Amino acid sequence: MFSISLVAEEVFKIGGMPVTNSLLTGWVGIVLLILLVAIGMRKGSLVPTGLQLIFEAIYSFFLNLCESVLGDKKSAEKAVPFITTIFLFVFVANIFTVIPGVGTIGIKKTEAHVAEAAVSAEQSLEDSEAKEANLTPLFRPASADLNMTIALALVSVIVTQIIGFKTLGIGYLKKFFNFTNPINFFVGILELISEFAKIISFSFRLFGNIFAGEVLLAVILMLVPYFVPLPFYGLEIFVSIIQAFVFAMLTLVFIKLAMTSHDGEEHAVAR
Amino acid sequence: MEELRLIAMAIAVGFGAIGPGIGIGILVGKALEAIGRNPEAASKIQTNMILGIAFTEAIMIFALVVALIIRFV
Repeated sequence: MFSISLVAEEVFKIGGMPVTNSLLTGWVGIVLLILLVAIGMRKGSLVPTGLQLIFEAIYSFFLNLCESVLGDKKSAEKAVPFITTIFLFVFVANIFTVIPGVGTIGIKKTEAHVAEAAVSAEQSLEDSEAKEANLTPLFRPASADLNMTIALALVSVIVTQIIGFKTLGIGYLKKFFNFTNPINFFVGILELISEFAKIISFSFRLFGNIFAGEVLLAVILMLVPYFVPLPFYGLEIFVSIIQAFVFAMLTLVFIKLAMTSHDGEEHAVAR
Repeated sequence: MEELRLIAMAIAVGFGAIGPGIGIGILVGKALEAIGRNPEAASKIQTNMILGIAFTEAIMIFALVVALIIRFV
């Protein structure tokens, strides 16, 4: 039997700071990504081949996307590093779901159960089962930890607000606090609530998708170990790409929404 | 109590999947219809379709999160 844990478990400590398995996998992912980019971009030839071609394809895809959403090339070139970084990081954090060994290789922790083992015969039987299941995985996809996804959602939402203030100035607050008439006032309140709902929907969408995928793979592997899980692995790869894309795309769309003021035409004339 | 929790979790996920299932079906159906009518706009429609699916799917994920909270918390 395997155990499904909602929270990431602690693997070891560095100077009193607990390092969870999700954090560890996140670090591994970042290091791998940096290495890949360093190797791929080492030559930097004019005609890209191999790894460089892949990275340049990703970059130009997101440049085109930013241009089509934001409207002009200048702001697209400003936005594309942030958006592409989000995509690459979320993708690397997601793709660990399908890599063998993640969630299965771990450290056995038994010391917590030794003390309780002598209570009764039935109890100790349960404990030995619990001991069997009490394996702390060394790796766990970074997106399957709510802390990471909330942090990423906060980064995305705060950057959106900063860009809103930068482009619209103090007029950005008019979106949320508008006393011209009662309808605008209530629309402002709804806008304010939706800013906070963004954090929740961003973080839980990513966490839910990846965590559910992990649980799905574990259950399918337990039911039928051979061949049948293959399509589910394909599905998980697809889901991790789509979720990374959705995170980046939604951030881009929200940035665009923050850049345009509510009373767009009047504002543009007044400025 | 534990059995009731399991039933509650199953109900939460089961009913939570109905709405988004219908929603994603309608969304993709309409998007394919639109691509059929205007194949040149396929890439634009696809991007927006994926965005819409993400929003719709989020509701299902919320149901899943509620179920997980019932089960584990």
